[in-house]
Amino acid sequence: MAHTPETTSALHGVMAEYDTGQELVDAARKTMAQGYTRVEAYSPLPIEDLNTIIHKTRTVLPKLVLAGGLTGMATGFALQYWASVIEYPMNIGGRPMASWTTFIVPSYELTILFAALTAAFGMVLLSGLPRPYHPVFNVERFSMASSDKFFLVIESADPKFGGAAAFLKDTGAKGVYDVAE
Amino acid sequence: MDPNIHRPMALQETPVILPGHDFETVTETIAEIPLSKRYPLGWIAFIGAALGLLGVLHMALGYLVMVGIGIFGTNQPVGWAFPIINFVWWIGIGHAGTLISAILLLFKQQWRMSISRFAEAMTIFAVACAAIFPVFHTGRPWLAAYWLFPYPNAMGLWPQFKSPLIWDVFAVSTYATVSIVFWYVGLIPDLASLRDRATSKLKAVLYGMASLGWRGSARHWHRYEVASLILAGLSTPLVLSVHTVVSFDFAVSVIPGWHATIFPPYFVAGAIYSGFAMVLTLAIPVRRFYGMESLITMRHIDNMAKVMLATGLIVGYGYTMEAFFAWYSASPHEKFMMWNRMFGQYAWAYWSLISINVVMVQFLWLKKVRHNVGLLFVMSLLVNVGMWLERFVIVVTSLANDFVPSSWAHYTPTRWDYLLYAGTFGLFTTAFLLFLRFLPMISMFEVKTLLPQGKVKAEH
Repeated sequence: MAHTPETTSALHGVMAEYDTGQELVDAARKTMAQGYTRVEAYSPLPIEDLNTIIHKTRTVLPKLVLAGGLTGMATGFALQYWASVIEYPMNIGGRPMASWTTFIVPSYELTILFAALTAAFGMVLLSGLPRPYHPVFNVERFSMASSDKFFLVIESADPKFGGAAAFLKDTGAKGVYDVAE
Repeated sequence: MDPNIHRPMALQETPVILPGHDFETVTETIAEIPLSKRYPLGWIAFIGAALGLLGVLHMALGYLVMVGIGIFGTNQPVGWAFPIINFVWWIGIGHAGTLISAILLLFKQQWRMSISRFAEAMTIFAVACAAIFPVFHTGRPWLAAYWLFPYPNAMGLWPQFKSPLIWDVFAVSTYATVSIVFWYVGLIPDLASLRDRATSKLKAVLYGMASLGWRGSARHWHRYEVASLILAGLSTPLVLSVHTVVSFDFAVSVIPGWHATIFPPYFVAGAIYSGFAMVLTLAIPVRRFYGMESLITMRHIDNMAKVMLATGLIVGYGYTMEAFFAWYSASPHEKFMMWNRMFGQYAWAYWSLISINVVMVQFLWLKKVRHNVGLLFVMSLLVNVGMWLERFVIVVTSLANDFVPSSWAHYTPTRWDYLLYAGTFGLFTTAFLLFLRFLPMISMFEVKTLLPQGKVKAEH
């Protein structure tokens, strides 16, 4: 629901629309060079450099996945050791109770299971999802962000927000919209 | 980079996407199917037939649960028959989906993008069909839980972790879970596209909830890319381990014809071979009926046929090595096993599978054959017949004629064996048709990364 430019009080930010990924990346570079700090870009497909340009940080996800995988491996091994040696020891052909080689396969599978679940849930939760509502959805044109248009938002929380709309117009945007809170 | 640049005209390949597509047309072509209000007549006819078969599955399972596993032809000495054959067959089919979505992603094979989504859907449905057999062949599956899954039960019993059958439970249930998670993660951005283009409030809400509120921000995409690379990296060793562990069910035993070190790689290759055949069986009619020829091009068909040829050759090598081991072992039981396969009571099955998996597959060397879609469709069906027969021969011939001639017998499946197997096709086809109708069958955002509109020059 597009808003008139006068209502600046309850704004989430201003949004600029671009036709190509290249235009978005160029605009994002200019915006960051200008000293804006509360910026986010939206695109219908992954653009490799975009996150580095705007946020300059990489996700901790790989470290979480490593921890998840190691937890899975420890869980798998501990479960089998406990069940086969402590809780329910059974002599199978005179083999040792703690025949660790036979524990490899379930430990391996649980390593992968825990790591994969950490990767998937980590990706979703770190991104703050599930979150059905977000102010950017208030802009009608934003429905194109999942099809073929590219968007850049400067949030009203940015200290330099005052001139943001005018600045974005100069970056070659096809349109600049207010994002209601 | 375009691989055709340095090639002479005659050797140029069909592109991964035919010219004339941009972001808008890609979204349009793919999203139109789940969002449309129409139910095409062909789809209704197919799902009607599929639901009929699904009814057969319910009937067979219902009768099985009421009467017990005596309704199967499985009996001493052939104590493992249709259920394990069908289990291995369905699980094997699933492997192609993971190969396409994970291994080819790691190798940066761009052609995988337009077939990975529905190949992965195929994987999940195939694993679901496979899971029915080990669970229900126990006769009373509600009691099977305590020796399959480690959970504290009132009897104080724990599973036997030294048994490959328990390894299989872990491998297959992990495989099913990770496949579903990987597939769903891949769907999230496309579900957001469907949400944004939905034609009714109900669709917008349902697709919106399913997309978890995906916005496609730079941070979202960054985490998404990291996560999908990690999932691909995890799925690759996983998929290789699954059929390896399935082969352990046989190889760890001492039955002649099962106790072979070549089983793990030979089973994995066979799985991918039959899986690619199934992807072709599905892709050829789907691209035709839904007009997807510009996104699933002859390049995809050709590449899939080549993968089928390569893995078929590995399988052929496996057959040769089985015969060689039998001779080289100097064990009379191993030698007899091979002779029995070739000339015993199930010789027809052995020679049928050899003529399909070793002889017929050689025709795929010819480009003419690989580009004849109709012929390829028939071949892909035959390959899956051949791979089913391979499992039949491995399971049944080794058991029907084992060490002691006095215990030999002939195994004949009953009508319930056939009905249960046929019923799983009902489950598979119903699930696949629902997927085609209500979810984007091709990954829209991935295909977009192939178009010039999405390309961004590196700085400087």
